[in-house]
Amino acid sequence: MKELLANPVMVKEIKLRFRNMKSFTGLFFYLLIMGIFVFGFINLTSSISGSGFFRPEESFLLFSMLSYIQLGLILFITPGLTAGTISSEREKQTLNILLTTAQSSFQIIFGKLLSSIAFLLLLLVSGLPIYSMVFLYGGVSPSQIAAIFLFYFLTLLVIGALGVLYSTLLRRTIVSMIATYSTMIFLTAVTGFFLILSVSLSAAAMGTGVAPLSYFWASINPAVVLLTLLEPGFSAEIAQLTGIPLPLWVSYTIFCTLIFAGSIWLSVSKLRVNMNKYR
Amino acid sequence: MIEIKGLTKKYGSFYALKDLNLTIEEGTVFGFVGANGAGKSTTFSILATLLQPTSGEAWINGISISQSPHEVRKQIGYMPDFFGVYDQLKTEEYLDFYGASYGLDAQQRAVLIPKLLELVNLSNKRNDYVDLLSRGMKQRLCLARALIHDPKVLILDEPASGLDPRARVEMREILRELKAMGKTILISSHILPELAEMCDTLGVIDSGELIAHGSVQSIQEKLQSEKVISVKMTGSFAEAIVFFENDPLVSQITEIQEKGILQFLYKGTEDEQLALLRKAMASGLPILAFSEEETDLEDVFMEITKGADAL
Repeated sequence: MKELLANPVMVKEIKLRFRNMKSFTGLFFYLLIMGIFVFGFINLTSSISGSGFFRPEESFLLFSMLSYIQLGLILFITPGLTAGTISSEREKQTLNILLTTAQSSFQIIFGKLLSSIAFLLLLLVSGLPIYSMVFLYGGVSPSQIAAIFLFYFLTLLVIGALGVLYSTLLRRTIVSMIATYSTMIFLTAVTGFFLILSVSLSAAAMGTGVAPLSYFWASINPAVVLLTLLEPGFSAEIAQLTGIPLPLWVSYTIFCTLIFAGSIWLSVSKLRVNMNKYR
Repeated sequence: MIEIKGLTKKYGSFYALKDLNLTIEEGTVFGFVGANGAGKSTTFSILATLLQPTSGEAWINGISISQSPHEVRKQIGYMPDFFGVYDQLKTEEYLDFYGASYGLDAQQRAVLIPKLLELVNLSNKRNDYVDLLSRGMKQRLCLARALIHDPKVLILDEPASGLDPRARVEMREILRELKAMGKTILISSHILPELAEMCDTLGVIDSGELIAHGSVQSIQEKLQSEKVISVKMTGSFAEAIVFFENDPLVSQITEIQEKGILQFLYKGTEDEQLALLRKAMASGLPILAFSEEETDLEDVFMEITKGADAL
């Protein structure tokens, strides 16, 4: 563990990231968007209702919307942070030197991924006080917040690992960015579309049996999985609709773990592209 | 010590490196000369464990590059011909990062870095950003970086390329110091004279093949089958021309009347050359001086690489 945390690539990347004004501006705007949204929502709801109150149901609605906004931010920021990790080293002609040091391919890949994730975790943690505003009004349990944060962590780990993978496989950063964003869009929009399609097809066929395809699309779509975490009732509905009782978050965790492990393994084995036989 | 046996790198049907066999003794400086694209960087990349050879094997201090590349990396300090630096990283931090990459702890790094910066004359730049340094400074910093883990072998690919004359001299001074420290150094250049004075042995590579290997002098002798002899004389050349024409090892006799010099190409050994001089003196030719013309290494290099091209 100590070796993992003392990873030279990670230490250097974090140092460089925070020497850069870009990171602070990014953090500032992230919190600004969240802040404006929370205060705007509270103001708007209490003035529309005219009561001056902010009811627990409204607090839950705010929490849900906030959770989706944060998921959206993670989905958009992670590719930008990870899709250039290896390819930019290649473009800057620093990769060859790095590869001749005593660091293993795994250390290099893991250091790159950890440093990007560390920044994303900072974004999440720094947003917590704003997020916790909803506690003031009730309607949300701390365990729910914990579950959602674990879900965020899993999601950014997967998108991050995919970004590092593309950045290792593809020579140019811009191509790697496009590939990572495309995968992210596939996981959110395309799977969502397929889910709607397969659900309506099975509904048209009046099928009441098992619909594994619908379940599969639902289980790999972060937006749908987040909905089941926010609204446990929706989880039961999915189970009824697809005939598969396994909660979506379990399948999502398995899916993410597989993709994460596969991406890291492939990145490590493809980092030394001209050295196929050995690491 | 570096041993290379049958090293070959093929891209399709093109040979970037063909059956390279070479032994470089410990503590010596080996110069690798060849035109751009001759195979120098390919060889160095293979030795630096960045490129897998199509066939053949190499050992660095007895460690196989294909069996234990990770161990080889600890033995070598590699400086590529083209390299970049990280933005927004200071000189000291740059070395610190690579020191950590070789597993040196913070204390060791703190002791080593000032020494290395002093060695490459960059002590006054330790808090400057690396990307703002001049090309020569970056080259020197990269050399310091290659030395951070105290490697026994240094692989330097064109370390003086793109440097102005002053920076070249500085680089040469540093290399001389490293040689004195007992490092085994492999250095490449496309300019032969640049290497000649600092190398113990030289290898000339052309189109992926090693066409000559040995000391600077032996290479010159081996590659140049004919030497130019100048004979300074008094009086008429007629008798001397007849005399030298009769020797089968002499060709292309030319007179430089205004200087009183007769010049010809001679392809005999040193003993045969001595015998020729003795015979000339015995026959009473009015010879004032008999000398071998200094040949330009650059000319030799151009000549041999042209010859290999024609093959």
